[in-house]
Order: sequence, then structure tokens, then C-alpha cells
Amino acid sequence: MMTQFIVRRVLYMIPTLIAISIVTFLIIQAPPGDYLTTVVAKLEAEGAYVDRSQLDALRERYGLDDPLWSQYWTWISGIVTEGDFGRSLVYDAPVADVIQDRMGFTILLSLSTLAFVWAVAIPIGMYSAVKRYSIGDYAATFVGFLGLAIPNFLFALVLLYVSHRYFGQSVGGLFSPEYEDARWNLGKLLDLLAHVWIPVIIIGTAGTAGMIRIVRANLLDELNRPYVTTARAKGLPERRLLVRYPSRIAASPIVSTIGWLLPSLISAEIIVSVVLSLPTTGPVMLKALESQDMYLAGGFLLILSVLTVIGTLISDILLARLDPRIRYGKR
Amino acid sequence: MNGMTATGTAVLDTPGGNQSEAGTVGHWKLVWRRFRRHKLAMVSGGVLLVIYLVAVFAEFIAPYGASTRFGDHQYAPPQIIRPIDTTDGFDLGMFADGYQVEVNEESQRRTMSTDPSQTRELGFFVQGEEYELFGLIPMDRHLIGPKDPEQPVFVLGTDRLGRDMLSRIVHGTRISMSIGLVGVAASMVLGIIIGGASGYFGGAVDTAAQRVIEFIMSIPTLPLWMTLAAALPQDWGPLMKYFAITVILSMIGWTELARVVRGRFLALREEDFVEAARLDNCGTFRIMHKYMLPSFTSHIIAALTLAIPAMILAETALSFLGLGLQPPAVSWGVLLNEAQNVRSLVAAPWLLIPGIPVVIAVLALNFVGDGLRDAADPYN
Repeated sequence: MMTQFIVRRVLYMIPTLIAISIVTFLIIQAPPGDYLTTVVAKLEAEGAYVDRSQLDALRERYGLDDPLWSQYWTWISGIVTEGDFGRSLVYDAPVADVIQDRMGFTILLSLSTLAFVWAVAIPIGMYSAVKRYSIGDYAATFVGFLGLAIPNFLFALVLLYVSHRYFGQSVGGLFSPEYEDARWNLGKLLDLLAHVWIPVIIIGTAGTAGMIRIVRANLLDELNRPYVTTARAKGLPERRLLVRYPSRIAASPIVSTIGWLLPSLISAEIIVSVVLSLPTTGPVMLKALESQDMYLAGGFLLILSVLTVIGTLISDILLARLDPRIRYGKR
Repeated sequence: MNGMTATGTAVLDTPGGNQSEAGTVGHWKLVWRRFRRHKLAMVSGGVLLVIYLVAVFAEFIAPYGASTRFGDHQYAPPQIIRPIDTTDGFDLGMFADGYQVEVNEESQRRTMSTDPSQTRELGFFVQGEEYELFGLIPMDRHLIGPKDPEQPVFVLGTDRLGRDMLSRIVHGTRISMSIGLVGVAASMVLGIIIGGASGYFGGAVDTAAQRVIEFIMSIPTLPLWMTLAAALPQDWGPLMKYFAITVILSMIGWTELARVVRGRFLALREEDFVEAARLDNCGTFRIMHKYMLPSFTSHIIAALTLAIPAMILAETALSFLGLGLQPPAVSWGVLLNEAQNVRSLVAAPWLLIPGIPVVIAVLALNFVGDGLRDAADPYN
């Protein structure tokens, strides 16, 4: 049953992936004029030298004189078969290489933030639901609203200013200068851990705020169910009762929220990375977009979207494990 | 037969919306009564009203124009207005300090600071820069400003080019607050049509619409917005850019609304009054438009209100990154763009002040939206 579910779900994913690639391709094509001429004009305006023969090779490689659908086919088959995303003219390197350097940290940051959001939001949300209308509940609600209302880049800017002004150090980056280019070792890992929590908190606030509300609402729904009353009447201690029954049912919507949490975390990660100049996809993507280096930007968009879809797939499979009703196709 | 249908619908034309039997209260009155009980939402409603008034009368409320430069007042710090002045006897009114320039010997950097030995007086309805209210009525009065135009006062400081932050924030209100409204209006059309069709017809239409919605929701929004915004032709004017950004925001923003509408349609489809209208040989469009829509207009309004903050935040983020609106257009995000690097942030932390109205507006809209959602169904 489970395998059947997974297969069905993976098959469902294929049209989504195709749609994503088409949308990305159309966006790459969107800037007026031929893609190469735009970039060349830009580079020449900046005084950079552009090799003509290299240009002709590129024109040939991407079939820029062919009709649109055939260009799409050249592009997507290059990606699927050889991992060739095209060439970034701003970085003068294959897009795949530029992306590869950055994507690891983006994934690391997104996953740590996801863990952070759960670790913080679930206990607070449960507390809020159990101690409804207490001071703690109101405090959590208030902080939650603030978290939703403060744009995360503003939060990052404030933290940047405060740390610079009062502690005389910068919170930017993921490493101290001495480890920046060092090879991986224990020291570098510890240094990373010492830096990574700041962006994680900043990126995670909005998600945490939303998650607290969801956990609270879900658990409140469950707490009024007759089975809870029965368990209580049978003399089960309150704490054990809470952990055993209602929180397990309240947990399934939590897992299913990965679907919206992950895209929003990736969005937040991009803008926060720009502010804190982290070595993730954000700053490079912004730079690519500013100079309309569309193959690079499109490559990022494609990979980020695909990763999100895969993340959602994993969450759906987890959910099906948790909740047999979904496995059997009844919601 | 035709006559029968006409009378039939005439009676049925006021379902849910206004059951005006003697002694009962109308739907909207009930909604309003329920909404009024929500204290936070009421206060937030007041705050929103003030913000939108500021947006409408921006030229009058701001002491100066949005791009007026005071070349000799770059990075002037903010200051607090005193109600009492004792430098020359005892005076009541609104007073502020003058400004002085200090030159750092080492770095040769000029920094502005306030000079307590000077006093500048402010007043209400003072004469200042000339402008045209609503682009029609020529005026030169400003709600608040320095009594002597030669002695400017910058309550929230100035930026790198010596432009008054307060004035710029006030002018920015117009774009920041309207982009949410326009964007939501655009996504409302899409959301109601697609969500309505999806919920009413069900079956294949529903499946297709749901797939599209799931697809859009699965793409990380900010990268998509950024890429779309960057793909806009760079020679478009501010107004074109404004509408293009709105369209981009609403292209993704409609999904949530479509879900709400679909859910309501699914619930209402089986209701007796809809069945009755169908038996009366009422057309599909007429049933949707005349019978179903009015009975959940309040739900739609609540969902719309809750959709505005996301639009405002999105515009702010895009403009902050420099991909949204460009100067000379002024929005809160464009203003925050000035604060992007640490150096200017340390030199002038007041460049972050435009973030405060963003937070206030988003909070207020959220509270009002929550209040409306609770009030939308006043019957239970």
C-alpha cells in the first residue's frame, strides 16, 4: 500500500516538474531582445572584453536562432542529461558550478531553520493551547503577530546595526575571516555553528509565528474531543494524556505544513542572505537578476523550485506514514 | 412561465444577505455588531483609517516634497519636538534645535548634529512648498512644518541627499498602501472566477484548478517574484512598473483567495436556497452571482483584508532588493533600500524608520482581517 502511494505521488510530481521548467524557461526568455545580445551590451558597457568566437559557439549551443520550443528542448535536455544549465556570462563560468558552490549552504540553512521552527513552535504552541488565555498564551500570540509583521530583512538589518554598534562585531557571513577559505575541519565546523544560529533565528521567526498559531489551533480542536475527556475520566495523568493522544493527531497537520513552510523559508533565506552577505544562493541570484544574467537566475529558480517540490513529496510520504487515512486515498 | 420565474426570483433575490423580516436585524448590521466587540480590530481599524488618510492627503501632511533636497543637511539626525522653550523667556509651542556640522579631524568626515543653542519653531498649517492637492488644487499650506522656511526641521532626520525622512515616509504611504489594494483587487477577480468555477462545477474543473493552485504554491514566491520583476523591461516608467509589479504580485496572490471561495462554494452548493433557485430554472451564472456570492461576501472581504499585508510585505521586500519600484518612485521599501549596507546604517540608523510604518500597517491589517473573519459568520 505504502509503495503504491509513493509511486502514485512521484508520478504526480512529474507534470509539476515539467510545468516548473516551462515557467522558468519562459521567464529566462522574457527580457526583450536576444538573451546574448543583452548580456553582451551590458558587458561592453562595463568595459569588459567579449570574445566573438565564444559568442558564436554559445549561439550555436543554445540554438538561439531556432524556434522557442526547440530552444526549450535544447535547454531542458542539457539539464537533465548532462547537468548543463547554460553559462553565466557575469561569472564567466558554467551555471552549474556557480550554483553548486552556493546550494549546499542554502539547503543547510533551510533545513536547520526548519528544525528550529519545529523545536520552538511546537512546545510554545502546545503550551498556548493547554494554558489557553493565560499570560503565556497572550505573550506567545503577541510575539507571533510581531514575527508575522516584521519583514525578516528588517529584523536582519536591526540585528546588524545593534551588533555593529554595541558589540563592535559584524554578524554577517557564515564564517570568521580566518576560516573563510580554509578546508573543512573541526575548527571550521565549530565556527560555522557559532555563526549559523543568527540567520537561522532571523529566517525562522515568521515561520515560527505561523506555526505556533497552527499548533495551537490544531491542539485546541483535539482537546475538546470526547476521547480526551474519557482518558481524563479514567485517571490518566494530564501530561501523559497530552503526549499520548491529542498531540499525535495534532501533529499530522504540522508535517503537512512543510509544503508551505519550505517555500517561505527559502524566500526568507534569499533576502536575509543578501542583507547578511551569506555565501548562499541569495546574493548570487540577486546579482544575476540585476544584470539580467537570466540563465543563472533561471537555474536558481529551477533548482529552488524542484527542491521545494521534493521537500513537499517527502513531507507527504511522512504524512502518509503517520496517518493511514491518507495512504488509502481518503481525506 | 416567464412571469412565474420572474416573481419566483424576485422573492428569492435576497437570500442570506438581507432577511428583512419585521423585528430581525440585517446581515451587515449583525456583522458590524460582532466586529465591534473585537476591541483590537476596532483600534486597528482606526489606525488603518489614519494611514489611508495620510496616503490621500500626503502632500498636505508632509512638511516638504518627497524629493526636496536640503544640500547642507545631509544625514541630519532625528530630534524630538519640545512643547516648551526657555532659551528666550518662557514660550509654549513646538520647538526644535538647530543643526551644526562637525568635521572629524582624522577622517575628514562631516557629521551633522543638533545644536541646542539654536531654536527653530514649528507650527500647524504653515506656509511652505507649493503643491497641487490631488493634482488639482494649488496650495502651499502644510499640516506641520517650520514657521520659517529658511530654518528647516527634520523630525525623523534626513538621508544621504538631505531629503526629509518624515516627508518621504508620508509620501511613500501612498504607493505602499495602494499597491496592496490594487494587487488584492486584481487577485480577487482571478480568485473568485477560478475558485468559484472550481467549487461550483467540481469534477475535472476542480481537479485542474487545484493542480494549478498547488503548483503555484509549491514555487518559492520570492525567487519567482524577483525573477519576474527583473525580467521587466528596464525602460518602463514608474507608473508602468507599478502596475507590472502589482500584476506580478497578484498572479501568485490569488491562490489563497481561490481556496476560500472554493470552500464556501462547496459548502453552499448543497444549501436549500441554492437548490430552490436551480429548480426555478435559474441560470448557473445567475445562481452564483445573485444567490451564492452575496451570502459569503463578508467571508471574501475578510480573506481580502488578510491578503493585503502579504502584498505590502512583498512589495517592500522587492523594492528593498532594488528589483521592485525604482526611485524617483517613493515607497517604504524604496526608502529601506537606502539602508542596505552596514556603513550607511551605522552612519544613519534612522534610515530604518520606514520599517516602522510597514510593521504597523501589516499588524493593523492582520487584526482587522481576523476581526472580520470572526464577524463574517455572525449567526453562531
